[in-house]
Amino acid sequence: MRTIKYTNQVSLVFPSRSANEAFARSAAAAFAAQLDPTLDELGDIKTAVSEAVTNAIVHAYPDSLGKVELKLRLYPGNELEIIVRDWGVGIPDIEKARTPLFTTGNEERSGMGFTIMESFMDSLKVKSAPGKGTTVTMRRRIALRAGGKV
Amino acid sequence: MSVAYTTHNRMLTVALKGDIDHHRVKGLIRDLEREIDEVLPRQLIVDCAGLTFMDSSGIAVLLRLWQRMEELEGTIQVIGLPDQPARVLRAAGLQRLFPLE
Repeated sequence: MRTIKYTNQVSLVFPSRSANEAFARSAAAAFAAQLDPTLDELGDIKTAVSEAVTNAIVHAYPDSLGKVELKLRLYPGNELEIIVRDWGVGIPDIEKARTPLFTTGNEERSGMGFTIMESFMDSLKVKSAPGKGTTVTMRRRIALRAGGKV
Repeated sequence: MSVAYTTHNRMLTVALKGDIDHHRVKGLIRDLEREIDEVLPRQLIVDCAGLTFMDSSGIAVLLRLWQRMEELEGTIQVIGLPDQPARVLRAAGLQRLFPLE
């Protein structure tokens, strides 16, 4: 359990339409801008959000539209938390889903989504229950730059 | 997202512009494959200089192109990669399959 209170938060809820992938990652980048990230750090955040939101859109609701929530939180120490939640079909085997190249999607999917999230974020947690949905929680500390504010 | 094709002596250059994500990738693979089947290139150059964003959907696109060029016994080369797409492709290890520049 985390006891430190976040200092800022936004929450966005949208239907699982693929057009919202671009919106979600741009919103995350706009929120993260207050941490004064480098372009590389911003790119990493956008990429990780794109992967997590795409997973929810493609896998959580395969034959229907459902609700996806993106929560962004700032913690002391210049740390960003990204939570992507859905109320879809859930992941039966999380370990398998996180294996590089594993995908239940079609040939448009590479099976590298979780691998990319893991390599671009400091931590990644996946909570899922079949029939109940999935919550992906990622953390990334943004380096303080010379002249930057704390 | 837009694609421009240039052909010269069975060298096909594909210039990608904009964001590549799951939303955009749906028709992209089909369009690229159609062009390759028409030209049957010996050399495929994927020019990424105009890319503004790419997630793992782009890995699927490039793997498909690589596979198709293997079938045609041709080569594939990715050029002009901006930082963000380059980080995604390298994290997936694609530099072990073909040159990324």
